[in-house]
Amino acid sequence: MLEALTQAASSLASLNHFIWMLTGVCVGLVVGVIPGLGGIAGLSLLIPFVFGMEPTAALGMLVGLVAVIPTSDTFASVLMGIPGSSASQATVLDGFPLARKGQAARALSAAFASSLFGGVIGALILTGFVLIARPLILTFGAAELFMLALFGLSMVAALAGRSLAKGIAAGAVGLLAGSIGAAPATGEFRMIFDFEYLYDGIPLVVMGLGLFAIPEIVDLLRKNRSIAANALLGQGWIAGLRDWTRNTFLSVRCAGFGAIIGAIPGLGGSVVDWITYGHAVQTCKKNPEFGKGDIRGVIAPESANNAMQGGTLLPTILFGIPGSGSMAVFLGGMILIGIEPGPALADAELGITYTIIWSLAVANIMGAGICFLLAPPIARLTTVPFAWLAPCMIALVCFAAFQATRDIADLVALVAIGALGILMKRFGWPRPALLIGYVLAPQAETYFYQALQFNPQYGGFGMLLRPGVIVIAALTLASLWFGLRRRVKEIDTVGAGGEEKEAHATRFEQIGFTLAMAGFCLLAWSDASSHTFLGRIFPAGAAALGLVFCLALAWRLWRGPSRHPAFFDLEITGDHVGKKESGRMWSGWLWLAGLIAGAAVVGFYAAMILFFLAFLRWRTKATWTGTLCLTGAASAFLLGLAWMLSLHFPRGLVQNAYDLPWPFR
Amino acid sequence: MISRKRHDLYDAFASRLFGGIKRNLRRFCLAFGLTGLALFAQVASAEVSFAGKTVEWIVPFSAGGGSDTLARFNAPFFSKHLPGQPNVVVVNEPGGGSTKGSNLFEARAKPDGLTILITSGSTQFPYLLGDPRVRYEYANWKIVMASPTGGVVYTSPSTGVENAGDIANLKGKRLIYASQGATSLDLVPMLGFRLMGLDVQHVFGFKGRGGGRLAFERGETNIDYQTSSAYLKNVAPLVESGKAIPLFSWGSLDENGNLVRDPTFPDLPHFAEAYEMLTGEKPSGPDYDAWFGFFAAGFPAQKMVFLPKGTGDDIVEAWRQAIRDMLVDPEYLSARQAVLGKYEQVTDAAADALQRKGTQVSADLRKRVVDLIEREYGVKIKEK
Repeated sequence: MLEALTQAASSLASLNHFIWMLTGVCVGLVVGVIPGLGGIAGLSLLIPFVFGMEPTAALGMLVGLVAVIPTSDTFASVLMGIPGSSASQATVLDGFPLARKGQAARALSAAFASSLFGGVIGALILTGFVLIARPLILTFGAAELFMLALFGLSMVAALAGRSLAKGIAAGAVGLLAGSIGAAPATGEFRMIFDFEYLYDGIPLVVMGLGLFAIPEIVDLLRKNRSIAANALLGQGWIAGLRDWTRNTFLSVRCAGFGAIIGAIPGLGGSVVDWITYGHAVQTCKKNPEFGKGDIRGVIAPESANNAMQGGTLLPTILFGIPGSGSMAVFLGGMILIGIEPGPALADAELGITYTIIWSLAVANIMGAGICFLLAPPIARLTTVPFAWLAPCMIALVCFAAFQATRDIADLVALVAIGALGILMKRFGWPRPALLIGYVLAPQAETYFYQALQFNPQYGGFGMLLRPGVIVIAALTLASLWFGLRRRVKEIDTVGAGGEEKEAHATRFEQIGFTLAMAGFCLLAWSDASSHTFLGRIFPAGAAALGLVFCLALAWRLWRGPSRHPAFFDLEITGDHVGKKESGRMWSGWLWLAGLIAGAAVVGFYAAMILFFLAFLRWRTKATWTGTLCLTGAASAFLLGLAWMLSLHFPRGLVQNAYDLPWPFR
Repeated sequence: MISRKRHDLYDAFASRLFGGIKRNLRRFCLAFGLTGLALFAQVASAEVSFAGKTVEWIVPFSAGGGSDTLARFNAPFFSKHLPGQPNVVVVNEPGGGSTKGSNLFEARAKPDGLTILITSGSTQFPYLLGDPRVRYEYANWKIVMASPTGGVVYTSPSTGVENAGDIANLKGKRLIYASQGATSLDLVPMLGFRLMGLDVQHVFGFKGRGGGRLAFERGETNIDYQTSSAYLKNVAPLVESGKAIPLFSWGSLDENGNLVRDPTFPDLPHFAEAYEMLTGEKPSGPDYDAWFGFFAAGFPAQKMVFLPKGTGDDIVEAWRQAIRDMLVDPEYLSARQAVLGKYEQVTDAAADALQRKGTQVSADLRKRVVDLIEREYGVKIKEK
């Protein structure tokens, strides 16, 4: 082992390795900043270059790229409320409210400090863990993975908001949304309603952007001001660092969670941020302000997601099983370099593994350092009047969304889920609960079914005797207990004045939305009943759960006392109410829908240019010079991205009829 | 015009990215061929030239899978050997279990030699089973290259089997197999085990064979198979330490389309030999034909590269010549081992034969398999 350590240290110390790693880090930072692009896009960009490179240098470059993506994706999450990648969705919950208070600098510096620290701690943990990783990973069978999925779902309790019924109903709707597509046990296609797009289910990117980014954009647009309410921007860099030093223990715990959960193949990285966010909510006793801009809500997921990136490397290199999309490309890159994943990497070729792990630590330091330098100018974006920023953000969100399957249907799904997100925000339905249900539905269902088959003793209850299951079950119960005790009342209800009594006035709208959700559950129920037993049982169960809680909620809204916390309507209690400059609720959404409708006719690229012109002239009321400049810059930027990634924009009717030159093709 | 511009931009991007690091930049330029060089390199004898053009290689899967890795490995070599050294870019069009990208190729690719498609067993199985999402027709396409693979079935010593010769001991044992689903490539082991009369419980819902291998290592399953490269790297160590016993390979096809032993595993019996060891008879009959049809699609003809329908013979020939040149390129040969293992990529008659074998199943065999899947595993396939 000592030999392996020195071998790794010497290859890390070489200048060649350093320069290539810096290249990887820079590309990683750039693709990480752009929402929707992440490891997959970055690695696809770099892989043509690894041919003929010296293996350790190529490895350094690829690791550098992968390592820093969860560092720079924080920019979009904090500054714009757009989840930069699936690993930093939870950062939005508190990071964006901080930016709106003018504390973007504080949030960013705490986030980068956490990212740096999380990455290094993750590497330290992995250095020891790699030796025992194989047997340890092998103790996680289907039964343990099912319990882990339940553990993740228990976070719904902590993030349910003011009304537990809403939280559970939202979680159930999320489970149903996650079960769209092929059933794991039988391959039957559920709830596809003859749309080919739904065969693969709704992509996570589209779900995250629709639920979180669209409602924020729409909300900011109607308020007609910059993101940051008051410009305290220059300050807070030191404050952020101080925040982090005050919460080092939380940061260590979350980094540990991240590294371990990442290392277990099968759960996927997209729940780590939610689990650690939930963990922070459950354990932070002093003045919790979660959901309204608590810095600990930024530190927790940001410490975890960098550590997780290291964790996911382990199953990739030791078993050849990629834990995420970007790890799949990384694996492809390793094979092209000539390094075959397998047990030898924890044994005879341990030096390579240590080179990878420590490259990760060094890259994290580089990445966080560069981000610290870049942050002050980038953070100024939050002071730009939003009418100027909005078209760029809408285009960016669309670009990110259609990275999912590169189909116009991605954009249509984005509009639909965006509408759902807007309504959920309005009526105080917790969007994190829905997202957690959605992310964990396939895991929960698959592993439950597999665990029953692999543990047939006592009619399936045999799995409860496995020690791993017992430990995770105890953790789950503890998480539920703490979650219910410290439920965050303000989750997802930012900007609410808080008087439930007033919200009573629109209870029929609220009942209407609740019944619509119940209707969705009913639809899922009726679809489920057309399938075989194994294909039916999971969605039917989730639908029944959702239906019960929706109806209970509707009853309470109809007959309950007028001060009941279930009443909530941002259209009555929101801070935009009564201000004359406030626009209409749906105007931002209609602009987005217009863009997508245009794309369906003339293709995305042309529609995007027309959208910019129209928006800047009519909505922003910009001069022609300003309009043309921004439109030109934005279309050149998108063109450059599309060209480098060699992708086609979604086509419209015109493209189907005529053969146009690229990029209008 | 456009593609020319793209190429220049691409080089500009590369030089910016790589700054002063000349050594690798030169390699990069060599590998991709500069447009300028390519323009001068117009050889009089080559009638077809793709100089200054961009070839789009449609990969109907996400980045990172087997087909994607194969495409990214081959792309620079295609670029090097095609007349006029065009830029070859990989375009991922994932979705619908690879049916979406293949449908796009069928509907939109022009027969000018500038769009190619790679398909895998997961593209052929929905086609062979009559999945309603399939709107492509293999018979229309012109094959330029095929990449075979093999697979090895192994079991756990807990079944009482000590070596491949003990396979008869598996009779009557309760075996568990981690499957990706009845309509996936795991249809081949499903039909095979059934034909052999083994009592196998198929547990569905696995994502990729890697997950299945993990379940085997955890002791959740006791029979499994891996494709050749995964077997060599990840199962061979298990075999050495006595944790896995290889039983047989699926086999390989000779030039006449007969099942023979896999050249990578000459010591292991192939499927038909193992069948004979179990039952004392050579396999035959419609169930064997059904297994054989899907085996051919899933393994020997697993990865195929196509030009769209209507492509002229001169363009097809230009492509095949490029592949022939590539197959003897020493740089290709030295890089190949790591990515492809011992299997050779083939073109010309061998590829034609694989296209026929791997994409044709008679109507009654199809019905037989579709009925069987529905009857025994409760999986319905909507007829077109």
